Amino acid sequence: MADTRLFALVGNPNTGKTTLFNALTGLRQKVANYPGVTVEKKEGTGRDRHGNEFRLIDLPGAYSLDAKSPDEEVTCAVLHGERADTPRPDAVICLIDASNLERHFYLATQVMELGLPTIIVLNKTDEAAERGITIAAKKLEERLGVPVVPMQANARVGMEQLQVALSREEPPKPKWESMVGNDVAARYEKINALLEGTVARGDVERLTPTDRWDRVLVHPVWGWVILLGILAGLFMTIFSVATYPMDWINAGFGWLGEQVKASMAAGDLRSLITEGIIGGVGGVLIFLPQILILFFFIGLMENTGYLARVSFMMDRLMSGVGLSGKAFVPLLSSYACAIPGIMATRTMESARDRLITILVAPITSCSARLPVYLMLIALMLPIGNATQKALVLLGLYGLSILGVYAFAWVFNRTLEKTGETLMVLELPSYQSPSWREVLMQLLERGKIFLRRAGTVILGLSILLWALTTYPKSDSENASEQLAHSAAGRMGKAIEPVIAPLGYDWKMGVGLVASFAAREVFVSTMSIIYLGEDATGEGNTVREKMAKEKRADGTPAYNVRTCLSLLVFYVFAMQCLSTVAVTRRETNSWRWPIFQVVYLTGFAYIAALATYQISGFFLT
Amino acid sequence: MNDKKAIGQLGVGETADLGEMSLNGSAGERLREMGLLPGAPIRLVRRAPLGCPLEFEVAGARLAIRGRDAARIFTQ
Repeated sequence: MADTRLFALVGNPNTGKTTLFNALTGLRQKVANYPGVTVEKKEGTGRDRHGNEFRLIDLPGAYSLDAKSPDEEVTCAVLHGERADTPRPDAVICLIDASNLERHFYLATQVMELGLPTIIVLNKTDEAAERGITIAAKKLEERLGVPVVPMQANARVGMEQLQVALSREEPPKPKWESMVGNDVAARYEKINALLEGTVARGDVERLTPTDRWDRVLVHPVWGWVILLGILAGLFMTIFSVATYPMDWINAGFGWLGEQVKASMAAGDLRSLITEGIIGGVGGVLIFLPQILILFFFIGLMENTGYLARVSFMMDRLMSGVGLSGKAFVPLLSSYACAIPGIMATRTMESARDRLITILVAPITSCSARLPVYLMLIALMLPIGNATQKALVLLGLYGLSILGVYAFAWVFNRTLEKTGETLMVLELPSYQSPSWREVLMQLLERGKIFLRRAGTVILGLSILLWALTTYPKSDSENASEQLAHSAAGRMGKAIEPVIAPLGYDWKMGVGLVASFAAREVFVSTMSIIYLGEDATGEGNTVREKMAKEKRADGTPAYNVRTCLSLLVFYVFAMQCLSTVAVTRRETNSWRWPIFQVVYLTGFAYIAALATYQISGFFLT
Repeated sequence: MNDKKAIGQLGVGETADLGEMSLNGSAGERLREMGLLPGAPIRLVRRAPLGCPLEFEVAGARLAIRGRDAARIFTQ
C-alpha cells in the first residue's frame, strides 16, 4: 500500500469547510495549534472508496494567498510546503461557494497555480439554485482539467462523487495558468473569461429567505427584543438548568471522596486524594455543564448565521474602545464563565482583537464571584434590606463593565497595531442548523477544556492542597492547622502589604487560597473561622466573621474593608482555569502571566484607593 | 449617471457602480480581492440599528463595513 495521502482543505471563511471536514473525517480528528501562532490546526483521517486511509488537514479560511492575517499566512505557508511542522499536501480540495463563484475562484485560481493536484468542490448548490444560479460543472471540469464536484455538504449531497474524485490513483493537476500574479483586476478578468458560458443566472428579483429573516432579526426594535430574549434565555438556562447536572457532579465527587475516606486510613495520602485530587478535579468538572450550554448556544448561533448579525448590531457599542462587534458574544459569555468566553474568541479573525478580548475577559463578573460577593455584601450591610444589597451587587457588575471597556481602550491604544485596520464583517445567508455539526463542535470544545485546563488545574490544585496542609502542626483543629501551614504563613507574610487595604492576615489566607478559584475564598473562610470542614453552615461563618474584632476592638469586617475586598474581587485574576485557557489560546505563557500581573496589580491599587478614600467619608 | 460620492452616502436600497477608493495598503487590497473593483454594482442594504456599520450587497456577498471606511470608498 502506498503512503497515506495528505489532502488539504482550502476555502474562504463561511464556505462550509468545517462541515465538509466533519463529513469526511467523522470523529477521527484532532485539534491543536500551529507552533508559534494563535491559529488552530485541524487534522483528521478518512477512508477513500478503496478503503485506503487518507489524512485531511483543514486549513484556516482565507480570501487570498496574498496573506493579510496570521490565519492566511499559515494557509499560504502550508500550501507552499514552508512550514516545518506540516508536510506539503499531496493534493488540495478547494471549496467554492456556488452562489458566489467569482470571488471564490479568486482564491481557487491562486491555489491551482501552485501546481498541486486539485479537486474543486462547488458547495451550497441549493442556495445558488435559490438565487437562480445554475452552473455547468462538466464544462468547468473540461476547462480546468480537474474534477469539479457540485455538493451540499450540510446535507451530504455529492459525497459519493467527491469520494470518487478522492479515490483516483493519479489525481490530475489543473491545466490553468493566469500569469497575472497579484494584479487583482487582471485575475478577475481571467476568472470572468473562465466562467464565461458556464453560469446561468435566472431573473430573481424576489426576496431571499435571508432578506425576510433579516427584516425581523436586525430590525431597529424587534432585533433588540429578540437578541435580549435569546440572551435572557441563555443565562436562565445557565443559571437554572445547569444547576441540576452541577449538583449531580458535586454529589458524585462527594460520594467518591466518601468512598476513599471509608476505604483508606486517615493520613496525608488520603487527604491528597480526597482534597487535592478529587476536590481539584471536581472543582473543574463542576463548571462543565455551564460551559457546554454556552458552547451549544454559541455554536448554534454561529451555525445558523445569527452570530454575524449579533456582531453587526453590537459593533457600534464595541468600536468606541477599539473592539469589533465580534467581541460581544465572547465577552458576554464570560459573565457566566471566562473559560468558554475566552475559547469563543476563536470566532474572531483579527488576532489583535482576539488578544484584547482575551485580556479583558477575566474582568467580567463570572458566576464564581457571586458566592464571594454575596458573603461580603451580607457582612457589609448586616441590617440593610434586599434593595440595598441588590444595588451594591448591581454596582459591582457596573464596575466590571466599566473595567472591560477601560482596559480594552487602554490595550487598543498601547498594543502594536497591525497593518489592517479595516473591519469587514461578512453576513452569510441563514441556514437551518446542522445539529450534527453543533454537537461535534461541542464535543471538541469540551474535550479541549477537560484535557488542557484539567491537567493544569489538577497540578495546581495539588500544589494548593500542599500549601494549605504543610508544614503540619500538632493541632487537631483545622483552623490552627491552616494558620500553621505555608498558606497561613503566606497570609501573615503579606499582612503588611495588605494592611493598607484594610485586611488582616486571615483575609490574606483567603486571598492566597482564592488564587486557585475565587469561590475558594468562601470555603477557606469557613475553615479559618469555624475550624471545621468546608461544608460548615454559611450563616454561622458569617456570624463569626461579623463578630471578628481588630486590635482596637472595632469590627474587622467594617464597610470600608468589605468594599475594598469587593473591589479587589472585581478585578483580581484569581482563577487557575482561566490562566490555563489563556495559555492554551494564546499559545504562550507571556499573556497569562501579563494578565495575572496587570489585573492583580490593578486590583490592589483599586482596593487601596477604595479603602483609603472611603476613610474620608466612613469610619 | 450618478455623481461621484462615498458609498456611505447611498440611500438604503440604492445601487451604484463602484469607483475608486482611498483605502490604501492591505485594507484596500483586501476589499479588491473580495470583488470590490471599479465598475462593480454595490447596493446599500441597510444600516445597523445603531447607525453603523452599513450592510452592502456587492460582488455576490453581504458585507458590513463601518461608516468610517465606507466614507473612503466612492462610486463612479
